[in-house]
This record gives sequence, structure tokens and C-alpha cells, in this order.
Amino acid sequence: MLEGKVAVVTGASRGIGRAVALKLASEGAAVVINYNGSADRAEEVKSEIEKNGGKAAVMQCNVSDFQACENFIKEVISEFGRLDILVNNAGITRDGLLMRMSEEDFDAVVDTNLKGTFNCIRFASRQMMKQRCGRIINLSSVSGVLGNAGQANYSASKAGVIGLTKSAARELASRGITVNAIAPGFINTEMTQDLPEKVKEGAVAQIPLGSFGEPEDIAEAAAFLASDKARYITGQVLCVDGGMAM
Amino acid sequence: MLEKVKEIVAESLGAEITTLTEATSFKEDLAADSLDLFEVVMAFEEEFDVEIPSEDLEQIGTIGDVVKYLEAHK
Repeated sequence: MLEGKVAVVTGASRGIGRAVALKLASEGAAVVINYNGSADRAEEVKSEIEKNGGKAAVMQCNVSDFQACENFIKEVISEFGRLDILVNNAGITRDGLLMRMSEEDFDAVVDTNLKGTFNCIRFASRQMMKQRCGRIINLSSVSGVLGNAGQANYSASKAGVIGLTKSAARELASRGITVNAIAPGFINTEMTQDLPEKVKEGAVAQIPLGSFGEPEDIAEAAAFLASDKARYITGQVLCVDGGMAM
Repeated sequence: MLEKVKEIVAESLGAEITTLTEATSFKEDLAADSLDLFEVVMAFEEEFDVEIPSEDLEQIGTIGDVVKYLEAHK
């Protein structure tokens, strides 16, 4: 379904990013696995893709660094000659109560989750504009849609991603580029593993479908939005959350 | 220089090259919107190996302006 396409997935060494990278590769896309700190695990994702006959490359970039993103996207284009799909997945949490949250914890989360998404779109859209086609998929969160106690920084960044998605969608639509967001609910990844048992139980109680989702659930949605089947969808937020936000 | 600029404009904006002159205005004659302008500027930057900062875009209204700008900044 994605043969001949080149995809970049940020934060693809683990969790949702990893699942998205594997899925896009299984659909035939050449996938650039971006990571910031986990080089070994990014290499593992690459090996897994190659083992299954896919094409992948690993590239390091801290997405919160504007200049680094410019170099990163340039490297992608010099290596692959094009860029069709950008999945802005890289994200971090620094949870804490609003009144106790440090400035640094607020900034760090916004810098990676929101500014990082902007940075990658900023440089990738130029190439997509030239190609007259492209798919940008931004990872938001149910936390950005509904808000979440203890996640003022994270939910602000993820709500910001939704605004960014809609503006970018309007700006780039005339060039055949679609921009959509996926808002995952609670997904079984390292990010949610660290939550206290009590919080997890409380979360499950709010999920109509009654359990946490898997990274593959998000990957399926991303693969759909990246495909030609989704050509008439732009500026949307697709909630993949077991029914939490509706 | 003028011929090359005309070629790029014709290609980027899908205009007929024979209709282009130094006086051709991007907005008025070619109905270019801001994204079109950005695109044509990107093409100039690549072809002539210059960087045209956003602040300078205001100086560029016509094809003649582009030629003047590129000659001054190359």
C-alpha cells in the first residue's frame, strides 16, 4: 500500500513510534527510524524491518533542536531523494501537579512534544510542497483533548499539536499535503508502565472498551492516514482511545 | 538573468513564458498567493544559491524586482 514511499517516524526506537515504523515498513515504505537517546533500540527496529524484507535507516536527532531538525530532514532527502510521510511521534512526559511543576518540566515537555512537531513539519513541508504530495501525522493525546490532572505540561503540548495540525492542514492543503493528528488514549508502552497501579485502575474505569490499547492499534490508524485511502481527510483528530473521548 | 528568472516563474506558477515581462506582478498579473510566492522564492534560492529572508519578500513584487534583488545579492 505504501510501496515507493519514504517515511520518517520520530521517536521510533520504542513504544508507539516503533509500532508505527514497523507497520509502515510492512506496507512497503522505506522508513527512517529517528531516535534521540536509544541508539541500540533504534538499531533493533531497523534489524526487525530488514529481517522482514523492508527498508530502513536509523538517524539521530533531538527534535526540540530547530537546527538539528533542518540537518536531519536534509539528510533524509539526500539519502532517499524524497519524503512522503512524516509521523511526529517523539514525545516525553514530566508529570506532576500544576502547583508544584517546575518551569523546566513545563518547557522540556512543550519543547519536545509541540516545538519538535513544528520543527519537523517546518523542514519536511518544503520537500512535500515540491513533490505536490505528502502526509503528515502528528501524535496528540487524549490528554490534549480532555485534559488530565497531573499533566498540565503534557496536555498543553498535545492540545497545541492539534492547533498546529489544523493550521498546517489549511496552509498545505492546496499542495496536496494532508495533516492529521492521532490522539491515543492509554496505550501499553513504557510511558504508561510507570504509572502507579491505582492510576492505571482509575484509567481503565474511564475507558468504555475496558482496557488499555496496544501500540499496534495506533500503528493501524497511522498507516491508514498515510495511505492514499485517506486522501480526502485533512485537519482531523482521530481518537484511538477505546472510546474515552467522544 | 531575466530569462532564467522568467523560466523559473513560468515553471513554478504555470504561466506562459512569452507573457512574462519585467513589469509582471506576481500578485496582480499571476494571481499568486503567499504560498505560491514562497514556492517561487524557494526555486530562486536553489537556482541562484542565495538565501532570501522573509523580511526581503516585501521588496519583491514583480519579475523585475527579482532580477534587481538577485543582482544585488549574488
